[in-house]
Amino acid sequence: MTINCEHAPVEVDLTDRRWKLVRATMQKHNFSKRALIETLHVVQDSFGYVDEDAMAYVAQELHVPLSKVFGVATFYNRFSSKPSGEHTMVLCTGTACFVKGNDKIIEHMKEKYGLDPNQTTSDNKLSFMTARCVGACGLAPVMILDGQIMGKMEVEEMETKIEEWLSDEQG
Amino acid sequence: MNKDNLSEIVQKEQAIAASYKHTIHVCGGTGCVSSNSPAIIAALEKEIKLRGLENEIMVKQVGCMGLCAAGPIVSIQPDGFLYKHVTIEDAAEIIDHLGGKPIERILIDTTQHFFTRQRKVTLKHSGVVNPEKIEDYIAHGGYTGLVKAITALTPEKIIDEIKASGLRGRGGSGFPTATKWELVKKQNNPMKYIICNADEGDPGAFMDRSILESDPHAVIEGMTIAAYAVGASQGYIYVRAEYPLAVKRLRVAIRQAERNGLLGEDIVGAGFSFNIDLRLGAGAFVCGEETALMNSIEGERGTPRVRPPYPAESGIDGKPTLINNVETFANVPSIVNQGGEWFASIGSEKSKGTKVFALTGKIANTGLIEVPMGITLREIIFDIGGGIPGGHKFKAVQTGGPSGGCIPEQFLDTPVDYENLTKLGSIMGSGGIIVIDDTSNMIEMAKYFMEFSMEESCGKCIPCRVGTLRIYNILNKFLEGNATMQDLKTLEDLCTMMQTTSLCGLGKAAPNPVISSLRFFRQEYLDRIKTEDKETAEPETVTA
Repeated sequence: MTINCEHAPVEVDLTDRRWKLVRATMQKHNFSKRALIETLHVVQDSFGYVDEDAMAYVAQELHVPLSKVFGVATFYNRFSSKPSGEHTMVLCTGTACFVKGNDKIIEHMKEKYGLDPNQTTSDNKLSFMTARCVGACGLAPVMILDGQIMGKMEVEEMETKIEEWLSDEQG
Repeated sequence: MNKDNLSEIVQKEQAIAASYKHTIHVCGGTGCVSSNSPAIIAALEKEIKLRGLENEIMVKQVGCMGLCAAGPIVSIQPDGFLYKHVTIEDAAEIIDHLGGKPIERILIDTTQHFFTRQRKVTLKHSGVVNPEKIEDYIAHGGYTGLVKAITALTPEKIIDEIKASGLRGRGGSGFPTATKWELVKKQNNPMKYIICNADEGDPGAFMDRSILESDPHAVIEGMTIAAYAVGASQGYIYVRAEYPLAVKRLRVAIRQAERNGLLGEDIVGAGFSFNIDLRLGAGAFVCGEETALMNSIEGERGTPRVRPPYPAESGIDGKPTLINNVETFANVPSIVNQGGEWFASIGSEKSKGTKVFALTGKIANTGLIEVPMGITLREIIFDIGGGIPGGHKFKAVQTGGPSGGCIPEQFLDTPVDYENLTKLGSIMGSGGIIVIDDTSNMIEMAKYFMEFSMEESCGKCIPCRVGTLRIYNILNKFLEGNATMQDLKTLEDLCTMMQTTSLCGLGKAAPNPVISSLRFFRQEYLDRIKTEDKETAEPETVTA
């Protein structure tokens, strides 16, 4: 990904609740450069991703070079530059989950849905993400289907569960 | 808020608690919440209302009770029964049995070693106190340490107590806590910072998450005592955004502490002011490294800085900064309350107190445990952990996550402390213990950790950025059966290179899983070397 650093002044629609939240966060921190990560968190949580326009807006308001905003936004895994699909499956790849066979689910996602981690199907239905340990190791192996943590299943059960979940959601 | 106010709250809360005949504790930790514990609370409350027993039975959400694999867990007080795998259908039956015999079907045997061999100091409130209610924490002796520290002790005296306790950093390094505090206190600067490192990034570790979710006030109290001792006025808790429940409970706890005059301006009316802000991590393992974490707090990319200067001299904004781990801070209130000597009476000669471990992998009782330092790995795995399930055989145990190493069977009787684990080529780390059975391949494990380090390498220094990739590629050659003796040598050279030349602790420690598997499971590597190369292969060596 590259970014054009020569941006014209960016205006956003401040009647949009999401942008209001973003602005309020910067305001709360007196538009300090320090607030960059905090602000990007709010952009990510409100919009689901941080795109170039959002980066340019935040850069302009916090008086930070756009290159730096880009650097920070791409450094941290939490921020994604593209929206995710309608449904998101997050697979925990922590050690406890790995020991219990979650690597087989990665292969399964590739075979069955053609997805590598951090990819979305071309019809934008399903995103497959991985997480570096969600801290629910007691329930390993763990996957998160649309925000709901599922654990303590055999690999085969997980595969069936994913299928059920997708057909339920789409049916 | 002063001592008398605290006593008033204690009395009031105890009177309320005494007015109920039965109290039902329902686990509200991440593990149990995922297996539906909030619905169980609702079902119990509905059942109680239906029977008009609201004044006799209290349902309370508490923190982690440890046995995560058996969740959701419900505890019946004062009877002391513990129920496992509770469902909403069990609610009526649980109420029926109150004051009588327990429900055998879901009863957990609390006489098993999992419970009897533990010693709860850091986690004493976990599973007992409602983490979202400051009054409950106070009723269990909370904030008395802070009030005592600020009103009756000098900063020097507090540091003396910490020194006497022998407390060492629980984030993994084992640096003496009092020495760090003294260093920061010594700095002549009106602005000093305190950071609580809650960026628990090791995969397979969830001690800090559990403490934050179960007892957030203990961490806030510990930080505030530390701030008073070193003369800091601003604190940050840097917590992973992946821990939403911990974040929520910290927010609640900070607000409650501020409202009660236990945090913020003029704490307990003694003229001392200290604020705490939360900073959310954004998914970068390297931010667990203290200097990278400080960069992240400043809104920068989380890359490490060259040390020295150490944070104690030049941290956030170049100001003196004290940075400790969650578990370290959580131990502070008890030490101030009960004295350093009391704490030092627990544990081994050089490692005092208890340690919280997250027990996971191929083990019967996965969950959160707390044991005195000096306990053996065998006791942890086979007594408390209940051994290896499914008729499999123990192969190794990994401590210290991607920065640690594996320990094979012959060293299971080693007492667990900082020095011993380091001697074995592993580290204490933050406390993740992952048990590996005979179905796992050690090169696969080493590759798993190397892949982790490779992806999480921040890229600032070349030894780590390139070294992790090269090691990962060589490990793959072994797994494919294409490795040569030269590859084995290159692998070892690369490990030494990374250990000696990386910029930060994470890079230096990243080869540990490879080095330790080479040390204890060398044959697995040799078995994968191409046959034509094997003629010159060296014999298996295991050194202690």
